[in-house]
Parts: sequence; structure tokens; C-alpha cells
Amino acid sequence: MKTPLVTSGRLGAVAMILAAAWALFIVPSGGDMTLILSGSIYCAFGILALSLALIWGFGGILSFGQTAFFGIGGYAYAVLALNIGNTTTAALLAILVAAAMAAAIGYFMFWGRLGDVYLGVITLVLSLILYRFINQTSGSEWKIGKAPLGGFNGIPSTPILNDLDGNPLWPEDIYVLCVVALILSYILCRLLLATYFGRVVVALRENELRAELLGYDTRLYKLGVFSIAGGLAGLAGVLFANCVFVSPNMFSLTTSSQLLVWVIVGGLGTLAGPVMACFLLLAFSAWLGTLNAGVWLDPNLVMGLVLTLFVLVLPKGILPLMRSGCDRALAAFRRPAPAAEPGEAMIGEEAR
Amino acid sequence: MTDYLLEARNLTMRFGGVVAVRDVSLSLREGELHCLIGPNGAGKSTFFRMLSGQYRPTSGEVLFRGQSINGQSSAKIARAGMGIKTQVPSVFNAMTVRENVMLAAVRALPPNLARRRCDEVMKRIGISHLAAEKVGILAHGQRQLVELATVIAPRPALILLDEPAAGMTGEEVEGLGDLLVELARSCSVIVVEHDMSFIRRIARSITVFNQGSVLVEGPADQVLSDQRVRDVYLGREVA
Ligand SMILES: Nc1ncnc2c1ncn2[C@@H]1O[C@H](COP(=O)(O)OP(=O)(O)OP(=O)(O)O)[C@@H](O)[C@H]1O
Ligand SMILES: [Mg+2]
Repeated sequence: MKTPLVTSGRLGAVAMILAAAWALFIVPSGGDMTLILSGSIYCAFGILALSLALIWGFGGILSFGQTAFFGIGGYAYAVLALNIGNTTTAALLAILVAAAMAAAIGYFMFWGRLGDVYLGVITLVLSLILYRFINQTSGSEWKIGKAPLGGFNGIPSTPILNDLDGNPLWPEDIYVLCVVALILSYILCRLLLATYFGRVVVALRENELRAELLGYDTRLYKLGVFSIAGGLAGLAGVLFANCVFVSPNMFSLTTSSQLLVWVIVGGLGTLAGPVMACFLLLAFSAWLGTLNAGVWLDPNLVMGLVLTLFVLVLPKGILPLMRSGCDRALAAFRRPAPAAEPGEAMIGEEAR
Repeated sequence: MTDYLLEARNLTMRFGGVVAVRDVSLSLREGELHCLIGPNGAGKSTFFRMLSGQYRPTSGEVLFRGQSINGQSSAKIARAGMGIKTQVPSVFNAMTVRENVMLAAVRALPPNLARRRCDEVMKRIGISHLAAEKVGILAHGQRQLVELATVIAPRPALILLDEPAAGMTGEEVEGLGDLLVELARSCSVIVVEHDMSFIRRIARSITVFNQGSVLVEGPADQVLSDQRVRDVYLGREVA
């Protein structure tokens, strides 16, 4: 049995390329400002989805804490930018801060050899604590340097990234930046997974004992991938801060549960799938919002239904579903040439 | 300093009230092929787990290459040159045979050498034709071979094999016997097996476990003709 022609990895890459071409060349020329603004936010969330897709789908680490690193990235950016003025430096530092936080938390979790459940609980608690903490910082005494934390109001004065001449970027530029950042993040994840480091990460998800018995210190690999994912979430936070502004909702349970839904619906063990699901579900929520249907179509309720539906009916998610669809279409197209071996699609494909 | 590659000194492993291994000592020289036999539940796998760092002995000490490895992680012990094939095949099911072996080789060797070593080992074990297959779809015996390949690929100094012949066809078992004898020329091997004809073919020295303790130890012919061993194995011994 050879590698099938259509893999989730290839299909995902094709989808990402097509979407990127559309986003970079078609959308800006239309001049639709709403599309530009929401597109930027979607891309920021897309990177957040990638960060969870990477550690959960490939490293087997279920973290409810990606929103924590998302918020930390955003807040670190806002605070640093307000204090040091140079937004580019602030953005880079903020990503490092998020990655360093992930490394610190990861160190305790992985060296303490916490089980999966405790890992989930700890990361969840981290998000909740940060959410609570930031929410109560509305008093004027809560300041870091020149930056007021602003409590539940967030920091509306979050500076926008500057261009080379020191002028704030236009929304169109932020949009392009967000799209490019998402594409680069996707490429980074793909490349990472193709390296031996990435193969070991997948291997320890598959069988941690065997990885250990082969001599791999699995804690180091988990820490590595967890920190990288933390940095990605931080990047998402920085971009989000540039699209809207930072507020405690970045840490909220709603955000982290949405994130989980995206990864499951998109396909656990794929990268492009969660990004697609993120875009589709955000657009779907936005559309629901325009219906003004009140409590009967509460977006959270609908998301819950979507999740239940997928878990029960399509547990593999969107991308693997599309992949087997393409497979079948190709097989039909090629007939009567020898059809693809049945069952091939079922067997533990290493989807990306 | 000792001239033993491996020395287990008075190892005991307790699980609550159960004493799975009681005061077992065993020494192994370089290039020795040693067999460990005993009825189900005798403590053979538990003994292996203590050697390879999966369990920390309740008491006693393990010396590997003259150094105490008590309390070290499995990964560290593996890097020091010990490889173990577990009783239930432990492989990366969603990965191909080649990826499995390659992951083992590349831990110990630079990538270009690892690639060569990977091909060499797959060829020697006779799984080259399966290189592109996902391990999860293979038969039990083939998975055993893949695991064996991952164990020997990094060229360990000591190899522990827990029931390597289980699930293999007669032909595969024969090949395995030749392989083990060949391996024992370049490293030390301890094999746990129930298949007595297999044991008879490869063993030079044997330790018999019974209820967590060493029952008999010595040269193969002597041990296998021992009345106590026959008693313990009564009903199992066919030949
Ligand atoms: N983690 C554990 N907790 C409690 N008891 C255990 C544990 N591991 C092993 N035991 C017990 O220790 C004893 C020895 O088990 P072990 O697996 O080492 O035997 P074995 O010689 O390998 O047997 P087999 O030939 O069936 O593989 C058994 O009674 C078993 O129930
Ligand atoms: Mg056993």
C-alpha cells in the first residue's frame, strides 16, 4: 500500500494556497472594509487554532491554556508598546513572552510528569486566573509603567504596529500582515512536523513509552512543542491586539471552548482543518448574529450543537471528510483502472 | 569496578502486598546470551522493567557498565546503551516501518549514517519489503520484528527481549534464533521466552524464575534437565 494520492496534508496545503491567493489578491481589490476587518480577526484566530492543532493533534497535549498565551501575547504587546514606543520590538518581545510563559508552565507540567487530565485542569485554571485577575485591574493603581491595565475595559489605547516611517499601519496593511502571518505560521508548523523533532513529537503522541525506551527524553520534546505553540498563540494575540484592542475576553472560557470546537470540527491531527473550521464557524456565528433571533439562536448554544453533531456524526472532522470525498471522486474518475484499495483511507493515515 | 556489563544486586519489587520480584541477583558479561524462563507471573517482565528504568526497585541496585542506574529515567538508560523489547509490542502504529526504525537509529547516529543503518537493520531482520507499510496494519509477529529492529538499530550494548518469538511463524522463529546468536557476537542479550524448543536452540546459560525468586541458574543443559524446573514447567514442557 503506497501513500494515497490525496492526503489530508496535501489537500490542506492546496486549500490553504487557494484561500491565501483569494485573501491576498481578490479581497483587497474589492475594498470591502467589513471583510478586511473581520478577515484580519479571523486570521488571528486562525493562528490560535493552529497553535492548539499543533500541540493537541500532533503532540497529544490537550491544553485549555492556549487562550492564556493568546491573552498574554496581546497584553504583553500592548504594555510593551505603550512603554517603549517601538511597536515592532514590542510585538517580537510579546511573542517571546508568551513562549517563555508556555515554557515555564510546561516545565512544571512535564517535569512533574502530570497526567493528561491534570494538564488540562492546570492550563484551564491558568486561563481562568488570568481572566479574573485582568478583570479586576480597572483601578488606576493597576499600571505597568505607562500602561493602565484597564480591567474589564481592556486597553483601548493599544498602539497599532508602525510602518518603516513610524506611521501606524492602515487596516488594509494589518489585514495583509495577518494573512501572511497565518500562512507563515502554517508553513512553520508543516516544516516543524517534517523535521526529526516533529517526528519525535508525533511519535511520543503515538507511544510515549516506546519513545522513552528508544532514548528520547519526551519531556524535552513536549516542552519544545508546547513553547512553540505558546509563541504562536502569542503571535495571534499580538495580531488580535492590532485588529481590535486587548481585553480580558481574550482569556475567557468562551474563547478557549471555541478553540476546542474549531480543532475538533476541523479534524484533530490536521493543521489546515482547524483553520478552516475557525473561519467557517466564526462566519457562521457572525451570520447568526445578524439574524436577531434572540435567545433561540444563542451563538454559544449553536456552537454546542455543532460540536455535538460533529462528535457524533463526523468525529474525524471536516478536512479528513473532504479528503475521503476527493479520494472517492478520483477513484470514480479513474475507473476502470484499478480502484484504490478499499480500507486504505481508514488506516491510521498520518494526516497533516 | 567489575568486569560485568550488567549486575543486578538483590532486586526486590513490591506492589502493595504483592512481592513480584524477591531478592534477585544476576550478572551478565559482555557478549553473553542469557535466557530467563519461568511460569506466568514469575516476575520476569517486572525484572526487565526494573533493569530498564520503568520501575524503580523497592530495594536493591542495578549496575550497568559499572555505574549504578537506580532511579535513572528509561530514556537515560537507553542512551547509555540498553535496548528493550517489551512483552506487548510497543511500536508507533500510525507510522511506517521505516519511520519506526529511523526514529530509533537517528537518536544514536547522525542522519546519513542512521539512514544506512536503518536499511541495513530492516534488511537483516527481513522487513525491508514492509518499509512503507503502517505498522498498525501488520500481523503480531511482524510487529515484533519491527520492534526488534527499533531495539537493535541504535547498536545497544545490552538487549532485553521479552517474549520476542510470540506470535511468530515457525520460519520467523527460526530466523529470530539465528539473529540472536549473531547479535550475541557484538552485544549482550537477555531473552525471556516460553517456547522451550527455541530456548533449547539458542541458550547457553539460563536463569529460572519462580514466584519472584531465582529457582535455578546455570548452563542450559544442566538447568533444563533439573527436576525442579521440570516440576515448575509441568504441563508446559511438551518436548
Ligand atoms: N504494576 C503492577 N502492579 C501490581 N502487580 C503487578 C504489577 N506488575 C506485575 N504485577 C504482578 O507481579 C507478578 C509478576 O508479574 P510479571 O508480569 O513480571 O510476570 P511474568 O513472569 O512476566 O509473567 P508472564 O510470563 O505471564 O509474562 C504477577 O503476579 C503480577 O500480577
Ligand atoms: Mg511477562
